[in-house]
Amino acid sequence: MTGKGITYAQITDDILLPVENKPNKAWWIGFIVAALGAMLWVVSVGYTFWTGIGAWGLNKTVGWAWDITDFVWWVGIGHAGTLISAVLLIFRQNWRNSINRSAEAMTIFAVICAATYVVAHMGRPWLAYWIFPLPNQFGSLWVNFNSPLVWDAFAISTYFTVSLVFWYCGLLPDIASVRDRASGLKQKIYKVLSFGWNGSVKTWQRFEIVSLILAGISTPLVLSVHTIVSMDFATSVIPGWHTTIFPPYFVAGAIFSGFAMVQTLLLILRKVLNFEHYITMFHIESMNKIIMVTGSIVGIAYLTELFIAWYSGSEYEMYAFANRVAGPYAWAYWAMMTCNVISPQLFWFKKIRTSIPISWVLSIVVNIGMWFERFVIIVTSLHRDYLPSSWAMFYPTWVDVGIFVGSIGLFFTLFLLFVRFLPAIAIAEVKLLLKSSSLQQKTKLVGEGAFPAEQVEYFREALASKYDSVTEEDINALRK
Amino acid sequence: MSNTKYIIGSFADPDDLMHGIDKLQANNISIYDCFTPMPIHGIEAKLGVKPSRLPIAAFCFGALGTCLGFSLLYYTMAYDWPMNIGGKPSLPLPNFVPVTFEVTILLCALGMVATFFFRNHLFPGRAPRVMDLRATDDRFIIAIDAHENADHALIDSLLKEAGAVEVKYNERKYVSYE
Repeated sequence: MTGKGITYAQITDDILLPVENKPNKAWWIGFIVAALGAMLWVVSVGYTFWTGIGAWGLNKTVGWAWDITDFVWWVGIGHAGTLISAVLLIFRQNWRNSINRSAEAMTIFAVICAATYVVAHMGRPWLAYWIFPLPNQFGSLWVNFNSPLVWDAFAISTYFTVSLVFWYCGLLPDIASVRDRASGLKQKIYKVLSFGWNGSVKTWQRFEIVSLILAGISTPLVLSVHTIVSMDFATSVIPGWHTTIFPPYFVAGAIFSGFAMVQTLLLILRKVLNFEHYITMFHIESMNKIIMVTGSIVGIAYLTELFIAWYSGSEYEMYAFANRVAGPYAWAYWAMMTCNVISPQLFWFKKIRTSIPISWVLSIVVNIGMWFERFVIIVTSLHRDYLPSSWAMFYPTWVDVGIFVGSIGLFFTLFLLFVRFLPAIAIAEVKLLLKSSSLQQKTKLVGEGAFPAEQVEYFREALASKYDSVTEEDINALRK
Repeated sequence: MSNTKYIIGSFADPDDLMHGIDKLQANNISIYDCFTPMPIHGIEAKLGVKPSRLPIAAFCFGALGTCLGFSLLYYTMAYDWPMNIGGKPSLPLPNFVPVTFEVTILLCALGMVATFFFRNHLFPGRAPRVMDLRATDDRFIIAIDAHENADHALIDSLLKEAGAVEVKYNERKYVSYE
């Protein structure tokens, strides 16, 4: 946290500014564009429900394509929110306090988008409840619990529920802050939403325990979710899917794409909502480092896959990968390789890591790459069937494209509504930082001579070389 | 006797609040509760608030989830309608791990949060028991029961000495939201 003369009241004022005032032009433009996208989604999904999944470009050979690609893409994006809020909480990385709220919101909206694909691809979505083990008129004939698709239903619904609970518990004290500053109808609404939060000693004590335990159980949960998503593929006998590397590789990919999406959103958020003092270059750089690490893990996984395909000696496996690299979908494979393996390596350079425009562009490049990754895995493995007479290509229809573009619109609609009506930064948690890791506190401590001179010098250099929210004056103040 | 029900010491800084608690306790003045905009670490120990037993509740709910999850799988797959799927066993324990795990997490999370809400009387529409509206913004509040502690002048001076920016004498316990 940077900035001068920051008080507790100032933090509340700054963060609640977008909630307590009418939205600006940028918000309206964004919202209208997003809402149009969401309408495209409604039309495309509605058309699918009306005519059936024949509306998509699927054929007898390629039975899974855009829809499952989009599903895995969205679930993966969702993972970063939980990672930021849970894993970084367990590791006591308190820089997460400024970004966890919006990242968690992103998780929830991404999982909502993902869940719509699951329902849409069923063909008869009104029978979607058949995936759950409910007593029925067929015997009761239960679901097959040996199937990863059933595990997936449990994993995704548990993940959504726990994320929602985690997010909402964290929101309670901040909703109470809005409530106690509002009046009239607004106060009444936030009063209901705040569940009667009052900030007493016992409430805070239990609140912190709830946060910690939810973080503790969300961590294995988030790993299990993408592991199970990967098992949807890995437990089949399709060449290119049937590999044991899938679970860790999918989890790394999920974190990779999720952090990229957080980066895309936060770089705009901090600018538009004037959160530069709360979401600083430190956060941007840290997230870029995580993108670089997970991108490298994903890169190693790609190479391992290729090596194992050759080393296995299985001709089906070897053909599947030869076909990926040089077949009719080679352009998608190389798009994936470029976006996911090469572009994050640029973050080794500090200049690039700390440049806001480049970070933003690269975060989008990464998400394009991760979409192609799932497309490559799904379509290239399917389109060359065991029977050469069944070989086919996949061509998306306007409905496929509409559902995908529309779901991005839906996601942004929900996210923009969130930043309009709920505090986009965890106010209470940021207040904890004011007297521990804010620049103001550090300046004071430096003034008192609490740190050795060389550490102060290093800190000053680090600030001067990258922070856009720190002035010359702030840096000069860092002297004894 | 005055109509004052509660004396509210309002601090602008959490360290002053802790200081105030020390001073009041040194003078044998009992503190009703504190209200703060953020968690204050170490305040429970100072006020003698017992450690929470929520982790125990969380563990019990988790264990219940494990039992229920496994029972569901056992009942449906091995007891009620065992299916012959390629001659594989109808009680395949490794395949039961994912769903048992998910149900464990789900029950642990929901049960723990429900316990938290129940014990702290948090639910939608609950009238907030707030003593000072700024306690959710920038003020750190110590509330003292005015009937139990009669020497109001002493309380006032102690709070101000500790750095309270404001001392209020509230005639009703909670702020009205009507």
